[in-house]
Amino acid sequence: MIRASWFPGALFGALALALTFLALPVVAIFVEATPGELIGSLDDPGVLDALWLSLRTTLTALAIIVVVGTPAAYLLATRRFRGRELVVTLVELPLVLPPAVAGIGLLATLGPGGLAGGALEVAGIRIVYETVAVVIALTFVAAPFFLRSAQAALESVDRTWLEASRTLGCSEARTFLRVAIPAAAPGMLAGLALAWGRALGEFGATLIFAGSFRGRTQTAPLAIYERLGTDFTASLALSAVLVGASAALLLSVKLVGGLRAADAAR
Amino acid sequence: MLRHVDNVIRRGRWPRALCAVLLTLALSVGGCGSDDDERSSADGGELIVSAAQSLSPAFEAYGSELTAADAQFSFAGSDELAAQIRGGARPDVFAAANTELPDDLFREGLVEKPVLFTSNRLVLAVPGDGDKVRSLEDLTKQGIALAIGAEDVPIGTYTRKVLGGLSASMQKRILANVETEEPNVGGIAAKLTLHAADAGFLYITDVEATNGRLEAIELPDGLQPRVAYGAAIVKGARNREAARSFIDGLLDGAGAEELRDAGFEPPPT
Repeated sequence: MIRASWFPGALFGALALALTFLALPVVAIFVEATPGELIGSLDDPGVLDALWLSLRTTLTALAIIVVVGTPAAYLLATRRFRGRELVVTLVELPLVLPPAVAGIGLLATLGPGGLAGGALEVAGIRIVYETVAVVIALTFVAAPFFLRSAQAALESVDRTWLEASRTLGCSEARTFLRVAIPAAAPGMLAGLALAWGRALGEFGATLIFAGSFRGRTQTAPLAIYERLGTDFTASLALSAVLVGASAALLLSVKLVGGLRAADAAR
Repeated sequence: MLRHVDNVIRRGRWPRALCAVLLTLALSVGGCGSDDDERSSADGGELIVSAAQSLSPAFEAYGSELTAADAQFSFAGSDELAAQIRGGARPDVFAAANTELPDDLFREGLVEKPVLFTSNRLVLAVPGDGDKVRSLEDLTKQGIALAIGAEDVPIGTYTRKVLGGLSASMQKRILANVETEEPNVGGIAAKLTLHAADAGFLYITDVEATNGRLEAIELPDGLQPRVAYGAAIVKGARNREAARSFIDGLLDGAGAEELRDAGFEPPPT
Protein backbone atom coordinates (compact mmCIF):
# COMPACT_ATOMS: atom_id res chain seq x y z
CA MET A 1 0.00 0.00 0.00
CA ILE A 2 2.67 2.47 1.07
CA ARG A 3 4.84 1.43 -1.86
CA ALA A 4 2.06 2.18 -4.29
CA SER A 5 1.26 5.63 -2.93
CA TRP A 6 4.61 7.41 -3.03
CA PHE A 7 4.57 8.06 -6.75
CA PRO A 8 1.33 10.10 -6.98
CA GLY A 9 2.54 11.95 -3.90
CA ALA A 10 5.78 12.82 -5.66
CA LEU A 11 3.81 14.00 -8.69
CA PHE A 12 1.68 16.29 -6.55
CA GLY A 13 4.78 17.58 -4.79
CA ALA A 14 6.45 18.41 -8.10
CA LEU A 15 3.37 20.22 -9.35
CA ALA A 16 3.04 22.19 -6.11
CA LEU A 17 6.70 23.18 -6.36
CA ALA A 18 6.36 24.22 -10.00
CA LEU A 19 3.17 26.18 -9.31
CA THR A 20 4.65 28.06 -6.35
CA PHE A 21 7.82 28.85 -8.24
CA LEU A 22 6.03 30.08 -11.35
CA ALA A 23 3.09 31.89 -9.79
CA LEU A 24 4.64 33.59 -6.78
CA PRO A 25 6.65 36.24 -8.67
CA VAL A 26 3.53 37.19 -10.61
CA VAL A 27 1.45 37.44 -7.43
CA ALA A 28 4.21 39.49 -5.77
CA ILE A 29 3.81 42.26 -8.36
CA PHE A 30 0.29 42.85 -7.11
CA VAL A 31 1.19 42.53 -3.44
CA GLU A 32 4.14 44.96 -3.53
CA ALA A 33 1.93 48.03 -4.01
CA THR A 34 -1.70 48.70 -3.12
CA PRO A 35 -4.24 48.71 -5.97
CA GLY A 36 -4.76 52.44 -5.30
CA GLU A 37 -1.06 53.16 -5.79
CA LEU A 38 -0.98 51.07 -8.96
CA ILE A 39 -3.95 52.85 -10.48
CA GLY A 40 -2.55 56.20 -9.32
CA SER A 41 0.70 55.68 -11.24
CA LEU A 42 -1.19 54.90 -14.40
CA ASP A 43 -2.15 58.59 -14.43
CA ASP A 44 1.44 59.47 -15.32
CA PRO A 45 1.42 60.61 -18.97
CA GLY A 46 4.72 58.79 -19.61
CA VAL A 47 3.18 55.50 -18.48
CA LEU A 48 0.10 56.00 -20.62
CA ASP A 49 2.28 56.96 -23.61
CA ALA A 50 4.20 53.71 -23.21
CA LEU A 51 1.06 51.58 -23.01
CA TRP A 52 -0.54 53.32 -25.97
CA LEU A 53 2.65 52.90 -28.00
CA SER A 54 2.83 49.22 -27.07
CA LEU A 55 -0.77 48.71 -28.16
CA ARG A 56 -0.30 50.50 -31.49
CA THR A 57 2.99 48.87 -32.40
CA THR A 58 1.99 45.34 -31.43
CA LEU A 59 -1.28 45.56 -33.39
CA THR A 60 0.51 46.91 -36.47
CA ALA A 61 3.09 44.14 -36.23
CA LEU A 62 0.32 41.55 -35.89
CA ALA A 63 -1.46 42.90 -38.97
CA ILE A 64 1.74 42.59 -41.01
CA ILE A 65 2.39 39.10 -39.63
CA VAL A 66 -1.10 37.89 -40.55
CA VAL A 67 -1.21 39.42 -44.03
CA VAL A 68 2.22 38.15 -45.08
CA GLY A 69 2.45 35.15 -42.79
CA THR A 70 -0.79 33.39 -43.69
CA PRO A 71 -0.07 32.87 -47.41
CA ALA A 72 3.56 32.03 -46.61
CA ALA A 73 2.46 29.43 -44.06
CA TYR A 74 -0.06 28.05 -46.59
CA LEU A 75 2.70 27.51 -49.11
CA LEU A 76 4.86 25.75 -46.54
CA ALA A 77 1.89 23.65 -45.43
CA THR A 78 0.68 22.52 -48.84
CA ARG A 79 3.74 22.31 -51.09
CA ARG A 80 6.76 20.05 -50.95
CA PHE A 81 9.87 21.51 -52.52
CA ARG A 82 13.62 21.20 -52.28
CA GLY A 83 15.07 23.15 -49.41
CA ARG A 84 11.74 23.34 -47.61
CA GLU A 85 13.23 22.13 -44.36
CA LEU A 86 15.89 24.81 -44.60
CA VAL A 87 13.25 27.48 -45.20
CA VAL A 88 11.22 26.26 -42.21
CA THR A 89 14.32 26.31 -40.03
CA LEU A 90 15.25 29.84 -41.10
CA VAL A 91 11.71 31.05 -40.45
CA GLU A 92 11.79 29.55 -36.97
CA LEU A 93 15.26 30.83 -36.10
CA PRO A 94 14.13 34.06 -34.39
CA LEU A 95 12.31 31.85 -31.84
CA VAL A 96 15.60 30.76 -30.33
CA LEU A 97 17.65 33.87 -31.11
CA PRO A 98 18.55 36.07 -28.11
CA PRO A 99 16.62 39.37 -28.51
CA ALA A 100 19.84 41.38 -28.28
CA VAL A 101 21.18 39.44 -31.27
CA ALA A 102 17.99 40.21 -33.17
CA GLY A 103 18.46 43.91 -32.40
CA ILE A 104 22.07 43.94 -33.57
CA GLY A 105 21.10 42.00 -36.71
CA LEU A 106 18.36 44.47 -37.55
CA LEU A 107 20.73 47.38 -36.97
CA ALA A 108 23.32 45.73 -39.21
CA THR A 109 20.66 45.39 -41.90
CA LEU A 110 18.57 48.54 -41.72
CA GLY A 111 20.77 50.85 -39.64
CA PRO A 112 22.66 53.82 -41.12
CA GLY A 113 25.84 51.73 -41.60
CA GLY A 114 23.97 48.51 -42.37
CA LEU A 115 23.51 46.41 -45.50
CA ALA A 116 20.52 48.37 -46.74
CA GLY A 117 21.54 51.59 -44.96
CA GLY A 118 22.96 53.28 -48.05
CA ALA A 119 19.93 52.54 -50.20
CA LEU A 120 17.58 53.73 -47.48
CA GLU A 121 19.54 56.96 -47.04
CA VAL A 122 19.40 57.66 -50.77
CA ALA A 123 15.65 57.13 -50.65
CA GLY A 124 15.46 59.49 -47.67
CA ILE A 125 14.01 56.81 -45.40
CA ARG A 126 15.09 56.70 -41.79
CA ILE A 127 14.08 53.72 -39.70
CA VAL A 128 16.21 53.56 -36.55
CA TYR A 129 14.70 55.62 -33.67
CA GLU A 130 11.34 55.85 -35.41
CA THR A 131 8.20 54.03 -34.31
CA VAL A 132 8.47 51.93 -37.45
CA ALA A 133 11.69 50.45 -36.02
CA VAL A 134 9.70 49.19 -33.03
CA VAL A 135 7.17 47.59 -35.41
CA ILE A 136 9.99 45.94 -37.37
CA ALA A 137 11.63 44.59 -34.21
CA LEU A 138 8.31 43.23 -32.92
CA THR A 139 7.46 41.67 -36.28
CA PHE A 140 10.85 39.99 -36.42
CA VAL A 141 10.65 38.36 -33.00
CA ALA A 142 6.91 37.55 -33.01
CA ALA A 143 6.34 36.34 -36.58
CA PRO A 144 7.69 32.79 -36.07
CA PHE A 145 5.13 32.14 -33.33
CA PHE A 146 2.33 32.77 -35.80
CA LEU A 147 4.05 31.12 -38.76
CA ARG A 148 4.63 27.89 -36.84
CA SER A 149 1.06 27.62 -35.59
CA ALA A 150 -0.47 28.70 -38.89
CA GLN A 151 1.61 26.18 -40.81
CA ALA A 152 0.63 23.36 -38.44
CA ALA A 153 -3.04 24.39 -38.53
CA LEU A 154 -3.09 24.61 -42.33
CA GLU A 155 -1.27 21.29 -42.62
CA SER A 156 -3.95 19.58 -40.56
CA VAL A 157 -6.78 20.79 -42.81
CA ASP A 158 -8.22 17.72 -44.53
CA ARG A 159 -6.73 17.63 -48.02
CA THR A 160 -9.91 16.14 -49.49
CA TRP A 161 -11.77 19.36 -48.62
CA LEU A 162 -9.29 21.41 -50.61
CA GLU A 163 -9.50 18.96 -53.52
CA ALA A 164 -13.31 18.96 -53.38
CA SER A 165 -13.34 22.73 -53.46
CA ARG A 166 -11.12 22.76 -56.54
CA THR A 167 -13.12 20.01 -58.27
CA LEU A 168 -16.25 22.08 -57.69
CA GLY A 169 -14.67 24.87 -59.71
CA CYS A 170 -13.19 27.11 -57.02
CA SER A 171 -9.93 28.79 -57.93
CA GLU A 172 -6.90 28.06 -55.77
CA ALA A 173 -7.08 31.54 -54.25
CA ARG A 174 -10.76 31.07 -53.39
CA THR A 175 -10.04 27.66 -51.90
CA PHE A 176 -7.35 29.23 -49.73
CA LEU A 177 -9.59 32.05 -48.54
CA ARG A 178 -12.92 30.24 -48.16
CA VAL A 179 -11.94 26.70 -47.20
CA ALA A 180 -8.41 26.47 -45.81
CA ILE A 181 -8.39 29.62 -43.65
CA PRO A 182 -11.77 29.05 -41.94
CA ALA A 183 -10.86 25.44 -41.22
CA ALA A 184 -7.48 26.42 -39.76
CA ALA A 185 -8.72 29.56 -37.99
CA PRO A 186 -8.62 28.28 -34.39
CA GLY A 187 -5.01 27.15 -34.65
CA MET A 188 -4.05 30.36 -36.39
CA LEU A 189 -5.73 32.46 -33.70
CA ALA A 190 -3.85 30.60 -30.99
CA GLY A 191 -0.60 31.34 -32.82
CA LEU A 192 -1.62 34.96 -33.16
CA ALA A 193 -2.24 35.29 -29.42
CA LEU A 194 1.19 33.82 -28.67
CA ALA A 195 2.78 36.21 -31.18
CA TRP A 196 0.99 39.10 -29.50
CA GLY A 197 2.22 38.04 -26.09
CA ARG A 198 5.79 37.82 -27.35
CA ALA A 199 5.51 41.23 -29.03
CA LEU A 200 4.08 42.87 -25.89
CA GLY A 201 7.02 41.65 -23.84
CA GLU A 202 9.73 42.48 -26.38
CA PHE A 203 12.63 44.37 -24.78
CA GLY A 204 16.16 43.74 -26.06
CA ALA A 205 15.68 43.98 -29.81
CA THR A 206 13.58 47.13 -29.42
CA LEU A 207 16.13 48.86 -27.15
CA ILE A 208 19.03 48.10 -29.48
CA PHE A 209 17.32 48.70 -32.80
CA ALA A 210 14.79 51.43 -32.01
CA GLY A 211 16.28 53.05 -28.91
CA SER A 212 14.19 54.39 -26.08
CA PHE A 213 12.33 57.66 -26.56
CA ARG A 214 9.14 58.56 -24.75
CA GLY A 215 6.10 58.46 -26.99
CA ARG A 216 8.08 57.36 -30.03
CA THR A 217 9.99 54.17 -29.29
CA GLN A 218 9.64 53.62 -25.55
CA THR A 219 7.25 50.69 -25.25
CA ALA A 220 5.86 49.45 -21.93
CA PRO A 221 8.75 47.04 -21.16
CA LEU A 222 11.31 49.81 -21.85
CA ALA A 223 9.37 52.22 -19.64
CA ILE A 224 9.37 49.63 -16.86
CA TYR A 225 13.14 49.38 -17.10
CA GLU A 226 13.66 53.15 -17.19
CA ARG A 227 11.51 53.74 -14.11
CA LEU A 228 12.97 50.91 -12.07
CA GLY A 229 15.43 53.20 -10.34
CA THR A 230 13.27 56.19 -9.56
CA ASP A 231 9.61 55.31 -9.73
CA PHE A 232 9.30 51.72 -8.65
CA THR A 233 5.53 51.98 -8.20
CA ALA A 234 5.09 53.08 -11.81
CA SER A 235 7.25 50.12 -12.88
CA LEU A 236 4.99 47.84 -10.87
CA ALA A 237 1.84 49.42 -12.29
CA LEU A 238 3.06 48.91 -15.85
CA SER A 239 4.10 45.36 -14.98
CA ALA A 240 0.65 44.69 -13.57
CA VAL A 241 -1.00 45.89 -16.77
CA LEU A 242 1.28 43.64 -18.84
CA VAL A 243 0.56 40.67 -16.57
CA GLY A 244 -3.16 41.31 -17.03
CA ALA A 245 -2.86 41.61 -20.80
CA SER A 246 -0.71 38.49 -21.10
CA ALA A 247 -3.06 36.49 -18.87
CA ALA A 248 -6.02 37.61 -20.97
CA LEU A 249 -4.21 36.53 -24.14
CA LEU A 250 -3.36 33.14 -22.72
CA LEU A 251 -6.93 32.67 -21.51
CA SER A 252 -8.27 33.52 -24.95
CA VAL A 253 -5.98 30.86 -26.45
CA LYS A 254 -7.44 28.32 -24.03
CA LEU A 255 -10.98 29.44 -24.87
CA VAL A 256 -10.33 29.12 -28.59
CA GLY A 257 -8.87 25.68 -27.92
CA GLY A 258 -11.95 24.79 -25.87
CA LEU A 259 -14.30 25.88 -28.63
CA ARG A 260 -12.37 23.81 -31.12
CA ALA A 261 -12.63 20.76 -28.87
CA ALA A 262 -16.37 21.38 -28.50
CA ASP A 263 -16.70 21.69 -32.28
CA ALA A 264 -14.87 18.43 -32.77
CA ALA A 265 -17.10 16.68 -30.24
CA ARG A 266 -20.24 17.86 -31.96
CA MET B 1 13.36 22.89 -36.14
CA LEU B 2 11.93 22.87 -32.67
CA ARG B 3 9.50 20.24 -33.74
CA HIS B 4 12.35 17.93 -34.64
CA VAL B 5 13.84 18.37 -31.22
CA ASP B 6 10.40 17.65 -29.76
CA ASN B 7 10.23 14.45 -31.77
CA VAL B 8 13.64 13.29 -30.72
CA ILE B 9 12.74 13.85 -27.11
CA ARG B 10 9.37 12.19 -27.49
CA ARG B 11 10.83 9.13 -29.15
CA GLY B 12 12.88 8.66 -26.05
CA ARG B 13 16.28 8.71 -27.62
CA TRP B 14 17.54 11.50 -25.43
CA PRO B 15 15.98 11.40 -22.03
CA ARG B 16 18.76 9.75 -20.14
CA ALA B 17 21.56 11.86 -21.60
CA LEU B 18 19.45 14.98 -21.25
CA CYS B 19 18.63 14.27 -17.63
CA ALA B 20 22.28 13.73 -16.86
CA VAL B 21 23.27 17.01 -18.54
CA LEU B 22 20.51 19.00 -16.83
CA LEU B 23 21.32 17.52 -13.46
CA THR B 24 25.00 18.33 -13.82
CA LEU B 25 24.19 21.90 -14.84
CA ALA B 26 21.74 22.33 -11.98
CA LEU B 27 24.28 21.10 -9.47
CA SER B 28 27.02 23.36 -10.83
CA VAL B 29 24.72 26.42 -10.73
CA GLY B 30 23.65 25.59 -7.23
CA GLY B 31 27.26 25.35 -6.19
CA CYS B 32 28.06 28.90 -7.26
CA GLY B 33 26.20 30.45 -4.38
CA SER B 34 27.65 28.31 -1.67
CA ASP B 35 30.45 29.47 0.58
CA ASP B 36 32.68 26.51 -0.06
CA ASP B 37 32.86 27.29 -3.78
CA GLU B 38 36.21 26.13 -5.08
CA ARG B 39 37.03 29.36 -6.86
CA SER B 40 36.81 31.42 -3.70
CA SER B 41 39.77 29.59 -2.26
CA ALA B 42 41.41 32.99 -1.62
CA ASP B 43 41.53 33.83 2.09
CA GLY B 44 38.84 36.49 2.09
CA GLY B 45 36.24 34.48 0.18
CA GLU B 46 33.90 36.08 -2.34
CA LEU B 47 33.37 39.83 -2.65
CA ILE B 48 30.35 41.08 -4.57
CA VAL B 49 30.62 44.57 -6.02
CA SER B 50 27.69 46.43 -7.61
CA ALA B 51 29.26 49.19 -9.67
CA ALA B 52 28.30 51.85 -12.18
CA GLN B 53 28.91 50.60 -15.68
CA SER B 54 31.46 53.34 -16.41
CA LEU B 55 33.71 51.77 -13.78
CA SER B 56 33.87 48.39 -15.48
CA PRO B 57 37.31 48.56 -17.23
CA ALA B 58 39.08 49.94 -14.14
CA PHE B 59 37.32 47.61 -11.71
CA GLU B 60 37.85 44.50 -13.83
CA ALA B 61 41.58 45.24 -13.87
CA TYR B 62 41.60 45.99 -10.14
CA GLY B 63 39.63 42.84 -9.41
CA SER B 64 42.08 40.59 -11.23
CA GLU B 65 44.89 41.94 -9.04
CA LEU B 66 43.04 41.37 -5.79
CA THR B 67 44.45 38.48 -3.83
CA ALA B 68 42.57 39.04 -0.60
CA ALA B 69 39.20 38.08 -2.07
CA ASP B 70 37.57 36.79 -5.23
CA ALA B 71 35.77 39.87 -6.56
CA GLN B 72 32.56 39.37 -8.54
CA PHE B 73 31.19 42.43 -10.34
CA SER B 74 27.72 43.43 -11.35
CA PHE B 75 27.86 46.43 -13.70
CA ALA B 76 24.75 48.41 -14.63
CA GLY B 77 23.29 51.90 -14.42
CA SER B 78 23.82 53.26 -10.89
CA ASP B 79 20.10 53.91 -10.42
CA GLU B 80 19.27 50.34 -11.37
CA LEU B 81 21.82 48.98 -8.88
CA ALA B 82 20.40 51.24 -6.17
CA ALA B 83 16.93 49.93 -6.98
CA GLN B 84 18.22 46.37 -6.60
CA ILE B 85 19.62 47.20 -3.15
CA ARG B 86 16.31 48.82 -2.16
CA GLY B 87 14.63 45.68 -3.41
CA GLY B 88 16.67 43.53 -1.06
CA ALA B 89 19.85 42.71 -3.00
CA ARG B 90 22.89 42.63 -0.71
CA PRO B 91 26.17 43.08 -2.55
CA ASP B 92 29.18 43.90 -0.38
CA VAL B 93 30.10 47.18 -2.11
CA PHE B 94 28.00 49.73 -3.98
CA ALA B 95 29.95 52.13 -6.23
CA ALA B 96 27.93 54.76 -8.09
CA ALA B 97 28.68 57.33 -10.78
CA ASN B 98 27.43 60.08 -8.48
CA THR B 99 27.25 60.91 -4.80
CA GLU B 100 23.47 61.34 -4.54
CA LEU B 101 22.56 57.65 -4.84
CA PRO B 102 24.99 56.38 -2.15
CA ASP B 103 23.95 59.33 0.07
CA ASP B 104 20.28 58.44 -0.41
CA LEU B 105 20.91 54.79 0.45
CA PHE B 106 22.95 55.90 3.50
CA ARG B 107 20.02 58.03 4.71
CA GLU B 108 17.72 55.06 4.17
CA GLY B 109 20.01 52.96 6.35
CA LEU B 110 20.91 50.55 3.56
CA VAL B 111 24.63 51.33 3.25
CA GLU B 112 27.38 52.57 5.55
CA LYS B 113 28.78 56.08 5.23
CA PRO B 114 29.84 56.62 1.58
CA VAL B 115 33.25 57.94 0.52
CA LEU B 116 34.24 59.90 -2.58
CA PHE B 117 36.80 57.80 -4.41
CA THR B 118 37.26 59.23 -7.89
CA SER B 119 35.95 61.70 -10.40
CA ASN B 120 35.32 61.73 -14.11
CA ARG B 121 34.80 64.17 -16.94
CA LEU B 122 31.94 64.43 -19.38
CA VAL B 123 32.82 64.61 -23.06
CA LEU B 124 31.01 64.67 -26.35
CA ALA B 125 31.69 61.26 -27.90
CA VAL B 126 31.61 60.59 -31.65
CA PRO B 127 32.45 57.53 -33.78
CA GLY B 128 36.19 57.47 -34.57
CA ASP B 129 35.54 57.52 -38.33
CA GLY B 130 32.59 59.88 -38.24
CA ASP B 131 32.80 63.47 -39.41
CA LYS B 132 29.30 64.78 -38.82
CA VAL B 133 29.98 66.23 -35.39
CA ARG B 134 33.17 68.11 -34.49
CA SER B 135 31.89 70.51 -31.83
CA LEU B 136 28.96 71.22 -29.51
CA GLU B 137 27.61 73.65 -32.10
CA ASP B 138 27.33 70.82 -34.64
CA LEU B 139 24.75 69.18 -32.40
CA THR B 140 22.26 71.88 -33.35
CA LYS B 141 22.36 70.90 -37.04
CA GLN B 142 19.30 69.23 -38.40
CA GLY B 143 19.54 65.50 -39.06
CA ILE B 144 22.11 64.76 -36.35
CA ALA B 145 21.21 61.69 -34.30
CA LEU B 146 22.12 62.23 -30.64
CA ALA B 147 22.08 59.47 -27.99
CA ILE B 148 21.96 60.53 -24.34
CA GLY B 149 21.36 58.84 -20.99
CA ALA B 150 17.86 58.57 -19.56
CA GLU B 151 16.93 61.28 -17.10
CA ASP B 152 17.29 59.16 -13.98
CA VAL B 153 20.63 57.54 -14.65
CA PRO B 154 23.67 59.69 -13.62
CA ILE B 155 25.06 60.13 -17.16
CA GLY B 156 21.64 61.47 -18.20
CA THR B 157 21.46 63.87 -15.26
CA TYR B 158 24.95 65.26 -15.99
CA THR B 159 24.13 65.60 -19.67
CA ARG B 160 21.07 67.67 -18.86
CA LYS B 161 23.24 69.86 -16.60
CA VAL B 162 25.63 70.49 -19.48
CA LEU B 163 22.78 71.33 -21.84
CA GLY B 164 21.25 73.55 -19.16
CA GLY B 165 24.37 75.74 -19.37
CA LEU B 166 23.74 76.53 -23.04
CA SER B 167 21.53 79.24 -24.45
CA ALA B 168 17.84 78.36 -24.54
CA SER B 169 17.64 78.27 -28.32
CA MET B 170 20.74 76.09 -28.67
CA GLN B 171 19.46 73.76 -25.97
CA LYS B 172 16.14 73.43 -27.73
CA ARG B 173 17.71 72.60 -31.07
CA ILE B 174 20.03 70.02 -29.50
CA LEU B 175 17.21 68.36 -27.59
CA ALA B 176 15.28 68.11 -30.85
CA ASN B 177 18.10 65.89 -32.14
CA VAL B 178 17.96 63.48 -29.18
CA GLU B 179 16.84 60.19 -30.70
CA THR B 180 17.20 57.82 -27.79
CA GLU B 181 17.50 57.93 -24.02
CA GLU B 182 19.59 54.92 -23.05
CA PRO B 183 19.44 53.20 -19.64
CA ASN B 184 23.24 53.20 -19.17
CA VAL B 185 26.54 54.32 -20.71
CA GLY B 186 26.94 50.96 -22.46
CA GLY B 187 23.80 51.65 -24.49
CA ILE B 188 25.10 55.04 -25.63
CA ALA B 189 28.54 53.65 -26.54
CA ALA B 190 26.92 50.77 -28.46
CA LYS B 191 24.74 53.14 -30.49
CA LEU B 192 27.85 55.14 -31.41
CA THR B 193 30.08 52.19 -32.29
CA LEU B 194 27.28 50.71 -34.42
CA HIS B 195 26.95 54.10 -36.18
CA ALA B 196 23.32 54.27 -35.15
CA ALA B 197 24.03 57.65 -33.55
CA ASP B 198 26.31 60.51 -34.65
CA ALA B 199 27.16 61.77 -31.18
CA GLY B 200 26.46 61.16 -27.50
CA PHE B 201 27.50 62.39 -24.09
CA LEU B 202 29.77 59.94 -22.27
CA TYR B 203 32.47 59.95 -19.63
CA ILE B 204 36.03 60.34 -20.92
CA THR B 205 36.81 56.90 -19.47
CA ASP B 206 34.12 55.26 -21.64
CA VAL B 207 35.69 56.75 -24.74
CA GLU B 208 39.20 55.67 -23.72
CA ALA B 209 37.97 52.13 -23.13
CA THR B 210 36.96 51.76 -26.79
CA ASN B 211 40.57 51.87 -28.05
CA GLY B 212 39.93 54.43 -30.74
CA ARG B 213 36.55 53.29 -31.96
CA LEU B 214 35.14 56.41 -30.33
CA GLU B 215 36.66 59.88 -30.12
CA ALA B 216 36.19 62.46 -27.39
CA ILE B 217 35.45 66.13 -27.93
CA GLU B 218 36.18 68.10 -24.76
CA LEU B 219 33.52 70.35 -23.29
CA PRO B 220 34.27 73.96 -22.30
CA ASP B 221 35.32 74.19 -18.63
CA GLY B 222 32.35 76.36 -17.79
CA LEU B 223 29.94 73.60 -18.82
CA GLN B 224 31.75 70.70 -17.14
CA PRO B 225 29.63 69.29 -14.31
CA ARG B 226 31.13 67.92 -11.12
CA VAL B 227 31.21 64.16 -11.67
CA ALA B 228 32.22 62.54 -8.39
CA TYR B 229 31.90 58.83 -7.67
CA GLY B 230 30.79 57.59 -4.27
CA ALA B 231 31.22 54.09 -2.84
CA ALA B 232 29.89 52.49 0.30
CA ILE B 233 29.85 49.18 2.13
CA VAL B 234 26.37 47.72 1.99
CA LYS B 235 24.79 47.07 5.40
CA GLY B 236 24.58 43.37 6.01
CA ALA B 237 27.49 42.70 3.64
CA ARG B 238 28.61 39.10 3.92
CA ASN B 239 32.22 40.03 3.48
CA ARG B 240 32.59 43.37 5.23
CA GLU B 241 36.32 43.10 5.73
CA ALA B 242 37.06 42.50 2.05
CA ALA B 243 34.64 45.30 1.18
CA ARG B 244 36.54 47.68 3.44
CA SER B 245 39.91 46.83 1.91
CA PHE B 246 38.42 47.01 -1.61
CA ILE B 247 37.31 50.60 -0.98
CA ASP B 248 40.62 51.47 0.74
CA GLY B 249 42.44 50.25 -2.36
CA LEU B 250 40.34 52.57 -4.49
CA LEU B 251 41.42 55.58 -2.42
CA ASP B 252 45.08 54.73 -2.26
CA GLY B 253 46.52 51.58 -3.82
CA ALA B 254 46.04 49.24 -6.74
CA GLY B 255 42.48 50.41 -7.31
CA ALA B 256 43.47 54.07 -7.44
CA GLU B 257 46.17 53.17 -9.94
CA GLU B 258 43.78 51.28 -12.21
CA LEU B 259 41.32 54.15 -12.07
CA ARG B 260 44.07 56.56 -13.11
CA ASP B 261 45.10 54.26 -15.97
CA ALA B 262 41.51 54.15 -17.20
CA GLY B 263 41.38 57.95 -17.35
CA PHE B 264 39.68 58.71 -14.05
CA GLU B 265 40.82 61.67 -12.00
CA PRO B 266 41.49 61.93 -8.27
CA PRO B 267 38.41 62.59 -6.13
CA PRO B 268 37.50 66.25 -5.67
CA THR B 269 38.80 67.65 -2.39
